[in-house]
Amino acid sequence: MTDASARPIKVLIAKPGLDGHDRGAKVLARGLRDEGFEVIYTGLRQTPEMVVSAALQEDVDVVGLSILSGAHMTLLPKITAGLHERGMDDVLVTAGGIIPDDDIPQLEQAGVARVFGPGTTIREVAEYIRANVKSRGA
Amino acid sequence: MTDETLAERARDGDRRALARLLTEVENRTAAGEAALKTLYPLAGRAHLVGVTGAPGSGKSTMVAALTGEARKQGRPVAVIAIDPSSPITGGAILGDRIRMQIHATDDDVFIRSMASRGHSGGLAASTVAAAAVMDASGFGLIFIETVGTGQSEVEVAAIADTTVVVQSPEMGDEVQAIKAGLLEVADIVVVNKADRPGADRAAAQLRAMLTVGASADRAAVAAGRPRPKRPEVMLSSALTGKGVPELLAALDRRAPSPGSRLADDASLKRAEAQISGILAQRINARLHDPARAAARAETLKAVAAHEIDPFTAADRLLALLGNDSAG
Ligand SMILES: Nc1nc2c(ncn2[C@@H]2O[C@H](COP(=O)(O)OP(=O)(O)OP(=O)(O)O)[C@@H](O)[C@H]2O)c(=O)[nH]1
Ligand SMILES: [Mg+2]
Repeated sequence: MTDASARPIKVLIAKPGLDGHDRGAKVLARGLRDEGFEVIYTGLRQTPEMVVSAALQEDVDVVGLSILSGAHMTLLPKITAGLHERGMDDVLVTAGGIIPDDDIPQLEQAGVARVFGPGTTIREVAEYIRANVKSRGA
Repeated sequence: MTDETLAERARDGDRRALARLLTEVENRTAAGEAALKTLYPLAGRAHLVGVTGAPGSGKSTMVAALTGEARKQGRPVAVIAIDPSSPITGGAILGDRIRMQIHATDDDVFIRSMASRGHSGGLAASTVAAAAVMDASGFGLIFIETVGTGQSEVEVAAIADTTVVVQSPEMGDEVQAIKAGLLEVADIVVVNKADRPGADRAAAQLRAMLTVGASADRAAVAAGRPRPKRPEVMLSSALTGKGVPELLAALDRRAPSPGSRLADDASLKRAEAQISGILAQRINARLHDPARAAARAETLKAVAAHEIDPFTAADRLLALLGNDSAG
């Protein structure tokens, strides 16, 4: 009765870690809005627990993590583990910011589906999400 | 998992199930409808508080502060924060949560953002359905934040049990509020940001304005015309917490008592908003049933070509809908 494909994809954009810059995250949030996504933005300095809890309450399809602080190797696996613990394995997790290539395999191992490097366009992020978001059975 | 268990799990305090169910309700799926059949009879206990006002007046910060106050008393609180969808792309930025993140890891605070998705009338129906699910899940105090511009957003705040309009002391805010008809739907007007200069004056002006209206009210009542609400004016600062306990107490005084639901105006208005929203949706679903595509297209063309007028066309289509269960 409802056209499932017409339903906007829900994305949580979160900034874990202690750095105080969220211009990039805001630009991404706005860009994804313009691509037709429903974007929840939770602001700066989010702990992994806050990110997991927001993802759960908002029942998002995607969690996009923007991280510049260098603490990605501890924070990102904590978030994916938290999502797993609360039964959210069907949530697509992506990351962007400053993440060295060498760290990517380990993050992927931990459940981050995709790490976007600097210079990735919003269009590319949007297309990746549309192609990879997990469809849900009710 | 079956829908029944999703509803049962939500009712029993499973937050993940509650979140899932809210998605079903928001997307108006069959699963969501089925769950409401179980949960609706359990709802009707919570106090629904609509919070509206000009952009940036401090609605989200105020909701967070009120939530903090209610949590001191151990009461579970739910929030529905609505932001507009872009009419062009259908996308939305839901940013109210930023101001409420201090409660993010408190399991007895449940915050849900919703995009308005441009369904006229339907927004009220979806919101009230979402609130009913939260209510049945044990949340006794539910805030519904909407921005006070735009008819359907104001309507949503207005169909709550109690409607709070948040104003900042800046000049021009009250003009905006009058234009948007906000003062007419308010039970309480809060002049927020009372930590800033001008707040006392703004509150005094509002009070004066609302008393001037009192004599007009008596005339209206004498003439049998409807009388606008005369809201209580309060001062607060969501930032420092000044006036917040008083505001929560004022809200609690207005909480519907068990049993008052039968007669009270807000509950009846809400019932009507829900049903008419759903009716419109049902009619549309039937209209778009593939079995009627040809007739529909033909009628649209006839109106576009000015062969028949749109009223005749609508009547024709309505007659065609019949009483089947398509859609
Ligand atoms: N000084 C002062 N600033 C406040 C107060 N309440 C909110 N603010 C600030 O006002 C700005 C907007 O606050 P929000 O709570 O996001 O306002 P809102 O009405 O929810 O905004 P929208 O949802 O965007 O319409 C923020 O920068 C807040 O920190 C207050 O009582 N005093
Ligand atoms: Mg807000």
